[in-house]
Amino acid sequence: MPNPPQPSSAVLTPEAIAASVTGQDATVRAADDVARYALGLGDDALVLAQRLGSWIASAPELEEDVALGNIALDTLGHARSLLTYAGSAWDQTEDDLAYFRDEADFRCRQIFERPNGDFACTIVRQLVVSAYFTALYRGLAESTDATLAAIAAKAVKEVAYHLDHASLWTVRLALGTEESRRRTLTGLEAVWPFVDELFAADPAADAVPDAAVAPAGLREPFDALVLPVLARAELEVPAAPALRGGGRLGVHSEALGPLLAEMQVLARRHPGAVW
Amino acid sequence: MTAEPRRETWPLWEVFVRSSRGLSHVHAGSLHAPDAELAVRNARDLYTRRSEGVSIWVVPAAAITASDPDAKDAWFESPRGKDFRHATYYTASQAVPHL
Repeated sequence: MPNPPQPSSAVLTPEAIAASVTGQDATVRAADDVARYALGLGDDALVLAQRLGSWIASAPELEEDVALGNIALDTLGHARSLLTYAGSAWDQTEDDLAYFRDEADFRCRQIFERPNGDFACTIVRQLVVSAYFTALYRGLAESTDATLAAIAAKAVKEVAYHLDHASLWTVRLALGTEESRRRTLTGLEAVWPFVDELFAADPAADAVPDAAVAPAGLREPFDALVLPVLARAELEVPAAPALRGGGRLGVHSEALGPLLAEMQVLARRHPGAVW
Repeated sequence: MTAEPRRETWPLWEVFVRSSRGLSHVHAGSLHAPDAELAVRNARDLYTRRSEGVSIWVVPAAAITASDPDAKDAWFESPRGKDFRHATYYTASQAVPHL
């Protein structure tokens, strides 16, 4: 296609946020407690983007490589915006936060760090987290914090597409072949124990009730988005008990360490490298 | 498993994209997808990543009937030399100043 339009300056990019928070002309600086809240949200998106990125060249078809890659890039964009903003409170860049923190300093909820499993399992997690993000960013777009509200207003359109993608695939896999249904059920049983943690208390959110969205309040909109899809796919919510969680407190599963090692090794081996 | 033979690849779809200032959908390429709903989404992911369009059509490649490339001469030679089919062939009459 000829002459793709240049990115409009009206679009809120991580670079635009970085420009507004650094240097002498800095106009924006996150308050410490708001930054702690943004850090958790940013870690959720960063770790999920890293997981989804590993589908490139491994999805069932080339077209799904690209679809999951696009979703990963959208999610990475959310992570970059949130971490750039969080870092402004502590004079740290998005890269400082992504590459030079250790496992215990990460605040992602555990569903995001969970290994991908097979395609069906990835799709079930995408259904869950895309519904969660949709509810979250809709609420956050009303935040009293202008930067968080702007980041959420941009993200909400993107996660709506991610939810649509996951919903279509969930129905197709669940009602497809005996094998695809078996894998979807296995994925649902593996993913669902992580769901409750998404709505568990987050001390960082409680500290800034006007800027943040209370996690417990997201359960109802989440159910309203997810349960009809499960019904269409003739799937039932598994009865398995919820896992203990604790990601927002720095408690993680054994899956996060290897993910971070892979994500961080290059930046740590060659600090400041540009490519 | 179903009794149907396993299909090795998804069917092919042709993609047509209309740019924001375009008047018509233009052929952008092709892709594989299991059905129409996913085909139009794959088209979004493959062919509108750089803001190329605001509307997408997908058509099963099998539904397109094409002219025979080997019959090009028989089909497309005839209009050559028939300049009278172009408006510019004709001189405007002086009595019609606003044509």
